[in-house]
Amino acid sequence: MKFNHEIVEKNIGLLGIFTVLAISVGGLVQITPLLFQKDTTEPVDGLRPYTALELEGRDIYIREGCYNCHSQMIRPLRAETERYGHYSVAGESVWDHPFQWGSKRTGPDLARVGGRYSDKWHEVHLIDPRAVVPQSNMPGFPWLAENTLDGKYTQKKMTVLNNMHPGEYKGNNLYTQEELEGAQKAVEGKTEMQALIAYLQSLGHALK
Amino acid sequence: MSSFWSLWITILTLVVIAGCFILLKLVSKNTTGVEEGKSMGHSFDGIEEINNPLPKWWSYMFYVTIVFGVVYLALYPGLGNFQGLLGWTSSNQSIRNLEESKLAVETAAKEGRWVQYDQEVKSADEKFGPIFKAYAETPLEELVNNEEALKVGGRLFLQNCAQCHGSDARGSTGFPNLTDGDWLYGGELETIKASIMNGRHGMMPPKGGLPIEDSEIKGLTEYVLKLSGRDHDEALAAQGQGSFMKGCFACHGMDGTGNKMMGAPNLTNNIWLYGGSRGAIEHTLMQGRSGVMPAWKDMLGEEKVHVISAYVYSLSNK
Repeated sequence: MKFNHEIVEKNIGLLGIFTVLAISVGGLVQITPLLFQKDTTEPVDGLRPYTALELEGRDIYIREGCYNCHSQMIRPLRAETERYGHYSVAGESVWDHPFQWGSKRTGPDLARVGGRYSDKWHEVHLIDPRAVVPQSNMPGFPWLAENTLDGKYTQKKMTVLNNMHPGEYKGNNLYTQEELEGAQKAVEGKTEMQALIAYLQSLGHALK
Repeated sequence: MSSFWSLWITILTLVVIAGCFILLKLVSKNTTGVEEGKSMGHSFDGIEEINNPLPKWWSYMFYVTIVFGVVYLALYPGLGNFQGLLGWTSSNQSIRNLEESKLAVETAAKEGRWVQYDQEVKSADEKFGPIFKAYAETPLEELVNNEEALKVGGRLFLQNCAQCHGSDARGSTGFPNLTDGDWLYGGELETIKASIMNGRHGMMPPKGGLPIEDSEIKGLTEYVLKLSGRDHDEALAAQGQGSFMKGCFACHGMDGTGNKMMGAPNLTNNIWLYGGSRGAIEHTLMQGRSGVMPAWKDMLGEEKVHVISAYVYSLSNK
């Protein structure tokens, strides 16, 4: 058969098929294999699921847009690992939906911020960053200390995670029935500040 | 990666590159039967299609990218499990814990593979390692006289400690001033090092965990002020002394000079970690305080902590 542009140009269906093929090939090569690889789907040895309070704190982290300035992805560069610790690996965030790797590095990377500062420091710093770091250009988040959680959806969030990752935590579900039932009680009345700090203190626990 | 996915990536990638090449070849040929630069014989709204070939610069650039792609995939890891002829990789893969990470570094070095990150760390270790090692082997008593070491310690302090203790090391409310010579846990070199290595956890419970009534707080506050020799109400302070004797002395001492073994602050020197106003003292008594110094052993390693300890000591022992 003689190759002719006209065949493709005058047959919209064929043109559509070729177009889809052309643009999906990158994804087929780069994304699909990742969905079936141990490296990217299985947790690292030390990973534990977020507690109910940490999970709520994570949602506050997302709500306040922390990821707009803070990444959670330590690159394999000595300059970063000297400052933050071991570079991040995919197995640390297999239960994060969506993961908070980010890419805008205005503030320091937070992938291993857990345990670096005291709870009190985080509280003072979140209310007014310049109280402890005068040069900081981070905004204050004083309302976190005033807002309290009702935990209405905590159990639901945990159930969703259970359904997404059945039997992935040491052969068990991420959360036991007991944890699910106690979820609301575990966060009810706690301030958003407490939740966010709990989340921040949990970051990086899996590879230490 | 399983061989299926390895093949999947390899075949798709190579087929697409080959396909691009063939497509480019095909469309470069004039198969229209019309001479280049001549009309294709149809026009629309007065616009006529001319049989123009692909611009040369554009098609050459396309060939260059194809060649680049093939060379790149031959040298670097890209085609599934194929490691690339250079044996180069940016970092070790498939790490599930820190031991595996260390092991991966050793394995790569043994096999002679070039792991970019490992090489970076190695060359830095070769450069800085001996310096820190020499510092670590120098007793702290000597290290505090080493100007260079103190400068290094200062840099490390700014990077890791200034967030709480301040860039001038004078701290702020709740975060100790390291320049005033007053120490909760002791200011000896080894004690400072222990504080940094293992962290500290303050433990003043509300009302000291003692059977003290809310009504006694006012008096106790006046007594605490009196201990520092500040203006106070004598009558209330006398009541407060009674409350103090209910057990405050167990940590803070009979004379209120504190106990470094427990990190109980000296109440007589008018240095206030959480503020020395009446309100702040009352708050401390009512709510308790529990300052936390994180442990830096794992985050910085002993060699760096050693240098920082010397620097911190030098701040109040000039």
